[in-house]
Amino acid sequence: MDKQRRNFLKIASVTALAGIGAPALIRLSSTAALASEHAAAANPVAKPAKGAHGEAASTGIRLGMVIDMRKFVDDPKLLDKAINACNLVHNIPQIDNRKSEIKWIWKAPFENVFPEQSQSHSAHNVENFPFAVLCNHCDDPPCVRACPTQATFKVKGNGIIAMDFHRCIGCRFCMAACPYGARSFNWEDPRPYIKKYNPDFPSRMRGVVEKCNFCGERLALGQEPACVEACKGTGALIFGDLNDARSEIRQVLDKEFTIQRNASLGTKPSVFYIV
Amino acid sequence: MIEKILRGKPAYWIWLAFLGSFIAIGAACYARQYLFGLGLTGMGRDVSWGLYISQFTFLVGVAAGGVMLVLPYYVHNFKVFGRITILGEFLAIAAIAMCMLFIMADLGQPLRALNCLLHPTPHSMLFWDMCVLVGYLSLNILCGWVILTAERKGVHPPKWIYFFVYLSIPFAFSIHTVTAMLYCGLPGRHFWLSAIIAPRFLASAFAAGPALIIIACLVLKRVANFDAGKEAMNKLVTIIMYAALLNTFFVLLEVFVGYYSNIPGHKHSLEYLFFGLEHHGHVYNNLVPFMWASVVFNFSALGLFSLPYVRQKNEFLLGLSCVMIFLALWIDKGLGFVFAGFVPSPLHEIVEYIPTLNELGISIGIWATGLFIITVLYKIVVGVEHEIES
Amino acid sequence: MYNKGTIIPGLVIFVLLVTSPIWLNGLKAATPPKPELPPGGEKKCVMPKEYMRDNHMKLLDDWRDSVLRDEERVLVTVEGKTYRKGLQMACMQCHSNKEKFCDTCHTYADVNPYCWDCHLTPKEAASKEDTH
Repeated sequence: MDKQRRNFLKIASVTALAGIGAPALIRLSSTAALASEHAAAANPVAKPAKGAHGEAASTGIRLGMVIDMRKFVDDPKLLDKAINACNLVHNIPQIDNRKSEIKWIWKAPFENVFPEQSQSHSAHNVENFPFAVLCNHCDDPPCVRACPTQATFKVKGNGIIAMDFHRCIGCRFCMAACPYGARSFNWEDPRPYIKKYNPDFPSRMRGVVEKCNFCGERLALGQEPACVEACKGTGALIFGDLNDARSEIRQVLDKEFTIQRNASLGTKPSVFYIV
Repeated sequence: MIEKILRGKPAYWIWLAFLGSFIAIGAACYARQYLFGLGLTGMGRDVSWGLYISQFTFLVGVAAGGVMLVLPYYVHNFKVFGRITILGEFLAIAAIAMCMLFIMADLGQPLRALNCLLHPTPHSMLFWDMCVLVGYLSLNILCGWVILTAERKGVHPPKWIYFFVYLSIPFAFSIHTVTAMLYCGLPGRHFWLSAIIAPRFLASAFAAGPALIIIACLVLKRVANFDAGKEAMNKLVTIIMYAALLNTFFVLLEVFVGYYSNIPGHKHSLEYLFFGLEHHGHVYNNLVPFMWASVVFNFSALGLFSLPYVRQKNEFLLGLSCVMIFLALWIDKGLGFVFAGFVPSPLHEIVEYIPTLNELGISIGIWATGLFIITVLYKIVVGVEHEIES
Repeated sequence: MYNKGTIIPGLVIFVLLVTSPIWLNGLKAATPPKPELPPGGEKKCVMPKEYMRDNHMKLLDDWRDSVLRDEERVLVTVEGKTYRKGLQMACMQCHSNKEKFCDTCHTYADVNPYCWDCHLTPKEAASKEDTH
């Protein structure tokens, strides 16, 4: 009897372990097969990089943004307008506590936004006016690499780095991985801190990470991102496809000198600044 | 063998009850956190990992430290570790159990933890960490149990188990290597972005794990009449000394790279840890006393270990040195390493992290759970040993 | 059998515990729920009634993945009226009363989906309309 019980327990525990592990194995083996087919079909010959240190262009649509700080200096209220538009559209809670605050697009001084740039003898405008900060929607995002559940991922069709709040387990690995501090975590239920609801967008629940989504839900309806719309007519925020040579954003990039936040990390940010 | 747990002296039950009360406190604190959210901790937008993840990181090391007994005994046939190798394996079980509890305590959505299996993601280091931790836990349960059972029956362990014993050795190294890779592969966190993190983790693990085993042996000798043997203890001290010296060497290399290259990013975190970091007229220096205590403990313990009198004759000083080296490494890796990685933040702001009482309650509860598991497992080992002797 | 005195009472207690829901609730079964039909009078759903009754959770799950992950935010058209894919966007346009529609069955079946931790019911959304 003793021996049988022992064997039963052994078999039962091994079966239980196999049962828990099996989905992972099945998923892994199937996605691996798909991925290789996909890669072979889409990219028969690996493309060489442009130059030794040049940024190899990704294919397909890659949405990006140019932030023209000169326009924001001309109109100091413009940036607040853009930020408020985003807060309203996305039901972003206004938590007045540095520890728990949630930020998608916000203001920060140049020295904080570009800590890797020289801070000595900066121009007056650079020193005194706050810069707009948001997710860079990197072409090579460290947060996506870090996420253990693919709750944050790159949307194939447009290059947006999106979040699936349903799937996020709240491990905050992406927050440690993001070199731009673009991610916020819901340390508590955000709803009491939302001033006004937008009925077209959900709120979030506590325990998940969130960040700017380049208004994926508005783009699907043919609208511009909320912040871009708020700055309409000023040319302060230019939004478009970085891979389309005829797009407005590319014309601006061809003409103006722009900088990206800490590009040396190889993340290939899709947000450019005209200082 | 489980029946050995159920018979013990009053002191054994009092000790378990003592641990049980802390487990209950931890559970109550966790219930609060579960209902409110992680806002009850000291973590925030800028320091997004705190005590839970730092304890996890340290305890992976303690678990990996068990291999310093397994490797000499099984690979080099070092017979004097015969009695205590099982202690190393069982310590690893308890340490990994604590690791998993700390991870669960840290998750914002703990009920979704199995999403890691439902959507396995090989490019995430957390996925591999989960794989090696579960693997190492299973290997230690399997090997420890089979070998102890054979010992009890007075027969040689079955041959097939040696495959798993040898397999557990690379697993021990990989659990701590992959844990290091959680940190050292992140761009933009200068303090962690260093190839020496994995070797440094391993070195400190191979000191902290064996130190805990010596402490356990000294306690078992007094309360359970279980003698590990002078020679085994001596060898463990040698292992601890080499490992702790290597760890010190690696930390000093980091200091050299930071200060000689004079690159601000490489210096900030070190400055924050050891001297306090000045920013906009305010000096942030919460961790400075801890880090210097770590330095003092580290060198005092190394000094004491080097005296033959301590190693051979004075068990109190030997125990004290082990406690000091354990504390030194706990401060170094279990506090400083994780917290300082977030200072300064990517936007070069400084926020200092102070754990809340609730967070401390949960952490103490998990440590108590680990000690509870160790106590129970070691009770089995000692019971079996006494049974063989009589 | 060893320890008969403890094992048999133990087994009895175990069986009683496991079957306790039956003894506690089984004898006073609640009346089956009658979820409220759309107050706006819409008659046709995106899928047949029977399918929705069994599989609405699966449909929502598929919608979620296609909207969020595959960028397939295509519109659904029912009887000439278009809706955006989504619980908040499509379903609750007609089934606007969560308490009278969703909750009736969910409470009856004792399931607690966390949809409304994030998604807003029309009532909830309106609750903070005027404060600004």
